[in-house]
Amino acid sequence: MTKLIFEKSVPGSNAFFLPPVDIPSVDLSATIPQDFLRQDELTLPDVSEVEVVRHFTELSHRSFGVDDGLYPLGSCTMKYNPKINEWAARLPGFASLHPYQPESTVQGALELMYNTDKMLCEITGMDRYTLQPAAGAHGEMTGVMIIKAYHQDRQDSKRTKMLVPDSAHGTNPATANVVGFEVVEIKSDEEGLVDLGDLRSKMNDEVAGLMLTNPNTLGLFETNIMEIAAIVHEGGGLLYYDGANLNGMIGVARPGDMGFDVVHLNLHKTFGTPHGGGGPGSGPVGVKSFLAPFLPVPLVEKKEEAYYFDYDRPQSLGRVKDFYGNFGVILKAYAYILALGGEGLRSACEHAVLNANYIRHHLRGVYHIPFDRICKHEFIASSQYQMEESHISTLDVAKRLIDYGYHPPTIYFPLIVKEAMMIEPTETESQARLDDFIKALKDIAREAQENSELIKTAPRTTPVNRLDEVGAARKPKVKWEAAQ
Amino acid sequence: MTYTPNPPSVSQAMLRSIGLASMEELFADVPADVILNQPLNIGEAHSEIALRRHLQEMANKNINVDQFPCFLGAGAYDHYIPAVVEQMLWRSEFYTAYTPYQPELSQGILQAIFEYQTLICNLTGMDVSNASLYDAGTALAEACHVACEASRRSKIVVAGTVNPQYTHVLTSYSISGNTEIVTVAAPDGTADLDRMLKEIDKQTAAVIIQQPNFYGHLEDNIKILEQAVHKQKGLLIMCVDPISLAVLKSPAEWGADIVVGEGQSLGNNLSFGGPYLGFMASTKKYIRKLPGRIVGETVDLEGRRAFVLTLQAREQHIRREQALSNICSNQALNALTASIYLCSIGARGLRAIANRCHQLAVYARDEFLNKGLSMKYELPFFREFAVKVDNPAQMNKMLLENGIIGGYELEDSLLLAFTEKRTRAEIDKLAALLGGYNHD
Amino acid sequence: MNIPQDLLYTNDHEWVRVDGEQAYVGITDFAQDNMGDIVYVEMPEIDDEIAAGDQIAVIESVKAVSSIFCPVGGTIIEINDALESAPELLNEDPYENYVAIVKMDNQDDLDQLLSPAAYEKLCAETN
Repeated sequence: MTKLIFEKSVPGSNAFFLPPVDIPSVDLSATIPQDFLRQDELTLPDVSEVEVVRHFTELSHRSFGVDDGLYPLGSCTMKYNPKINEWAARLPGFASLHPYQPESTVQGALELMYNTDKMLCEITGMDRYTLQPAAGAHGEMTGVMIIKAYHQDRQDSKRTKMLVPDSAHGTNPATANVVGFEVVEIKSDEEGLVDLGDLRSKMNDEVAGLMLTNPNTLGLFETNIMEIAAIVHEGGGLLYYDGANLNGMIGVARPGDMGFDVVHLNLHKTFGTPHGGGGPGSGPVGVKSFLAPFLPVPLVEKKEEAYYFDYDRPQSLGRVKDFYGNFGVILKAYAYILALGGEGLRSACEHAVLNANYIRHHLRGVYHIPFDRICKHEFIASSQYQMEESHISTLDVAKRLIDYGYHPPTIYFPLIVKEAMMIEPTETESQARLDDFIKALKDIAREAQENSELIKTAPRTTPVNRLDEVGAARKPKVKWEAAQ
Repeated sequence: MTYTPNPPSVSQAMLRSIGLASMEELFADVPADVILNQPLNIGEAHSEIALRRHLQEMANKNINVDQFPCFLGAGAYDHYIPAVVEQMLWRSEFYTAYTPYQPELSQGILQAIFEYQTLICNLTGMDVSNASLYDAGTALAEACHVACEASRRSKIVVAGTVNPQYTHVLTSYSISGNTEIVTVAAPDGTADLDRMLKEIDKQTAAVIIQQPNFYGHLEDNIKILEQAVHKQKGLLIMCVDPISLAVLKSPAEWGADIVVGEGQSLGNNLSFGGPYLGFMASTKKYIRKLPGRIVGETVDLEGRRAFVLTLQAREQHIRREQALSNICSNQALNALTASIYLCSIGARGLRAIANRCHQLAVYARDEFLNKGLSMKYELPFFREFAVKVDNPAQMNKMLLENGIIGGYELEDSLLLAFTEKRTRAEIDKLAALLGGYNHD
Repeated sequence: MNIPQDLLYTNDHEWVRVDGEQAYVGITDFAQDNMGDIVYVEMPEIDDEIAAGDQIAVIESVKAVSSIFCPVGGTIIEINDALESAPELLNEDPYENYVAIVKMDNQDDLDQLLSPAAYEKLCAETN
C-alpha cells in the first residue's frame, strides 16, 4: 500500500529555504494587527525533496495515460498528445507571461490567439471565436448564455426551453438548467438519430434552441441535419453544436455549413492537447456573425500590424472566466493544427473513423452492436449477449479489459442502450494495437462462457481490486486526518 | 507532422477487410450538400523542425517575467516554482490520463487528488474540499450557486473590494436568472460595513468578502459581517489567497461557510492567464452540494485502502437537468501542481515565503514614502498595495522602457505586488523611477 | 415484490399510509430494488408547505438519483431523521421506514392514488 505523503512526514526533513536579503527584517506582528494573524496550526507534510520525487513517481506508476496504452473512451477522444507541444508550452516566452503585461510585451501571445481564432473559424465554418471558456462544459455554458443573450436582445422573453436529445452528454441538460432554461428531451428514433416527428412536435415559440452533437453519442452522423436545422430555425430557435465529437467529421464537413449557429470545441479532444488526468481543457466557442456581438470580452483584434484586446463590446455577455482562457492549452492546439495542416486534419479524421469501423466490424457476432452500420469516430457495442448467457455485465467486461492492459471504454452511456460500451479508438492507434484490442474483447467473451468467475472478480493485476463505492458515498471520508 | 501510425498500405488493407474500397465510403452517410469539397484553408503540414522554429519565434516576440522583473499581481503572482515541481509534471502517466473513472487503474491520480483535498482543507481550516475548479472567478460563481441552493434564496451581497474580474464573472453568470448580484461600493479600500449591513436581509443567500482584498489590504470587519449574515441564515463566502494563509487567519477562523481562491500561486506558471485552478472548500454541511469532483477514501474487496471518485450523484453525468453545476472536468494537473508545490516547500517554507513577500512589500512602501510618493490607502496589507501616481499608463510605459514590468493600472495609482522573487535592487530601482516622476 | 395491502401507491413508486389527517410517505420495494444501494436521502424540512406532486426528497445511489414526489398536499410535520445517517434503511425495509409525514390539506388527493392491485399491475408492466 502506498502511504499518503502526510504519513511520510518527518519533522525537520524539508530543506527549502530562501536566499538572504539585505533589507530590514520585519516581524509580521509589528505590521499586521494580531487579529489578522493565523492562530490555527498549519499542517503540511514535512518531507525531503527526494521523498517528494519518489512519492509522486510512485503515484504516476499507479496511473494510466495514453502513453501507457490504448484508451478507447467513447466521446473522450483519447488521442496521442504530441511532445513538441509540451515543449512549447514550457517556453518562458509563453509560460512566464503575466496576463496583465502591457500589450506591447505580449504580441506573440496575442498573435497566436488571433490566429487560433481564424483557424478554428475555417475548420468549423464559423465567423468568430472566443477562446475564454476553460473546458467543454464551460464552452457549452458560454454558448447557451449567448443564445439567451440573443433572445433577450430581441425581447423574445417567451423562449424559456432548451431542446436536448435523449442521447446527449449529461453536460447538455445540466448546462441548459444552470443557464436557466427548462430542458425538453427529444427522442431518438429507431435508427439512433433525432426523431424528426418528436422534434417538430416540441419546436414552438417557447423554445430557445436545440443542443446537438454530430456525430451523435452513438457515433452516427445525423443525416437529417439540414432538416433539423430548418425545423429549429423556422421555429425561431438557434442550433447549438456540441463539439465533443468533432473528431468524427473534422476536415470532411463543417458545423457552420450545416446550419449551426453556435459551436463549442474541446481542444483537449479534437486538437490533441492532453487531458491532464481530468483537466485542464479548453472549450472555445464559435458563432455566426450575427451572434458575435454577444461573445465574452475581451477578443483579440489587430490594427496596423499590432494586436490588442478589445473590451469595447457593449452587447457582450460579459466574461465567463478570469483573464483570456487556458492559454497554455490553446497554444498546444495551435501547434497541433499547424503540424497537421488542412489535409492532415482530414486524414486524421479518416483514420479515426476507419479505426472505429474496423473494431466494430471485427466484433460482430461476439458482442451485440445495436446500430450496426457505418459509424463515425466511435460506436456502441453492448454486453447484452454476455448478460443473457452468463450474467456478465458491461462493468465486468470493462474490469477484465484492465487485466489485458487496456483502459476500458466509456460504459453505461448513452443511457438509451442497455449494457452500453462506447468505443472510440482515435486515429493514433495502429492496426496491430487494434487487432490486439479486438482479440482481448473476444477472449473475454470466450471467458464469459467458459469461466465467468474470472471476469466477475477482475481486475486482478491492479494494486487494488473492486472498491466499496457504496461505503465511500454513505460515509464520505474526503481528507486525511492524523490518528488521534 | 502526422501522428497517425498506419501507412496507406495498412489503411487500404483495413478498408478491404471491412468491405470498403476507399476512405470516402466511410462518409457515404454524410449528405452531399454538407461535404466539404476542398481542403481546409489553414496551410500545409509543418515538419517538427519548422514548427519548433515557428513556436520559438512566436515566444520570442514576448517579453517574459524572467527577463524583466514583474510587479504585477491583481490575481496572478510571479512566485518561484521549484524545479522538482516542473520535473514531476513531465510524468506522462499523469498528463496523458483521463479523469480517474476507473479507480483500479487510477489509484495514483486519485490519491494525488485526495492529498490535494487534504492540503486545501489544512490551508483553509475547512472540513471538505473538492478536486478543484477552473479558476477563482468561476469558483466564486459556483459557490454562489451552492449558497442559493442551500438557502433557497438568490441575493448575493458582494463587497466592492472583491477582485472586479471575479465580480464580472458573477454578473455574467447571473444571466441565468438564478442569482441577483448586489455589489456594494467600497471607496475607502476595505468593504463598506454600513452599506453591506444594510444589504444583508432575509433574501440574502450569501455575503462575499475577499481577504486580502483586491487592493492588497486586510478586511477588518469580517467578524461583524459573518455574524450579520449568519443571523439572517445566509452564508459567508470568502475568497482567499493561499500563500497568505501561511500567516493570516484562516477562513475557518473567520467563520466562513464556503471558501474559494486562486491556486495559481501554488507552483503554477503564469502562462498568460491560464490554465490555473480555483480551489473550493466548505464546512461539512455543504459536502453534498459542492460542484465538481470529489475523491473519497474506501476499501477494496480485500480491505485495502483505496480511493475513488465519490458522491457522484451530485454531478451532471448522473443528475443531468437537475444538476446544480454543469462542471465536468476539474483542473487535475494544476491541482497536482499545487500539491507537489506545497509538499516541496512545506509549512516552514510557505511561512518563509509569505513573510518574505510581506517584508519586501513593507520595504517598498517605506522606500516609496521616502521618495515622496504616497499610498492610495493607508491600511494594513500583505504583499500588495496601490501607490499613487499621476498617470498610471504613462508610468508603466516609462517603467517598461527601463526594463521593469510595472503594476496593475487603477484610476490614480499602480497596484504593485511583491513576491519572494523580487530583490532589493529591483525595488530600489522601481522606487527611484516612480519617485523621479511623482512627488508632491 | 412486496406490496402491502393496507397502503396506497403512485405511478412514481411512492407509498402512502393514511392515519387520520396525516399521511406517511415512503418509497416502495420496487423503487428501492431498482435504485440499488441507497447512499443518501436529501430530506425536506419540517414546516415546508407542499402541493400534491411536489418533490420533497431526493434519493441517491452510487450511480443514480431519483426524486420523491409527495402524493398529497399539505405541511411536512415530521421527517425520518434516521435516514440521514442510515439511508440503507430504505433498502432493508422500505415500508417500515417512511420518509416524511404530511399533514394533509385535502383528503381528495388520496383519490388519485393507486390501489395495491393497480400498483401491482403497474410493476408487472414496468418489468
